[in-house]
Amino acid sequence: MRIVAVCGLGVGTSAILKANAERALDRLGLTADVDASDLAGIASAAADAQVVLTSTELAARVREALGRTWAEIIEVENYFDVDEIGRKLDASLG
Amino acid sequence: MTLPPLPDSAIVLRDDATEWRAAVRAAGRALTRSGATREAYTDRMIGVLEEFGAYVVIAPGLALAHARPGPDVVRNGLAVVTLAEPVPFGHPHNDPVRVVVGLAVTGADEHVASVAGLANVFNERSAIERLASAATIADVRDVLDGADRTAPSSEATGDPA
Repeated sequence: MRIVAVCGLGVGTSAILKANAERALDRLGLTADVDASDLAGIASAAADAQVVLTSTELAARVREALGRTWAEIIEVENYFDVDEIGRKLDASLG
Repeated sequence: MTLPPLPDSAIVLRDDATEWRAAVRAAGRALTRSGATREAYTDRMIGVLEEFGAYVVIAPGLALAHARPGPDVVRNGLAVVTLAEPVPFGHPHNDPVRVVVGLAVTGADEHVASVAGLANVFNERSAIERLASAATIADVRDVLDGADRTAPSSEATGDPA
């Protein structure tokens, strides 16, 4: 299973989201490859991903960049709330 | 996970910014003063918000101001700016901002791990509140060093389920 965390630049917030998504998956007892990407690279980064994690603020642009996709786009409000990330991943994957 | 360097000169307490550009500019000045960036980096951080919106407000009260690596990044660095009055950045859930963390990295891939170290600091629910109300540089350092101090055993003790 592949998950991609995406932010505008791929260097700051997506790295935090990746770290906490891995933490949330660990708590749920799930394993997945989690990558970080920027918006410009999301179409190829998410080609075989099941889930794309991003900020509510960026979700519309992520949808636009992805076009038709199988991946579910999950919007995270608080990047440091591992419970929120876990709840949303669980709803999507469980 | 080791955080990028945060010299004392990159810590600003109770900045009087009243709008988001001034708040980001304060973080940019702190990064430049501490030797991490040249002044042009500040304008690029502001450009990120202008281009992508307020997504850099990644948790209630906290903005992570940053831009891509570039020639205006001298070395990796962090800055911490607390705001005397909370400032709206235009985020639907996480406004207003009380703490701006400035981040500069020299290259994207190899620093994902050090940036992720910020998660160790801020996953502690009280961290933003403690930073926002910090009275001294030592108070700021206490919050940020907490993750490093507990790092060797963090998986066991620093990450309560």
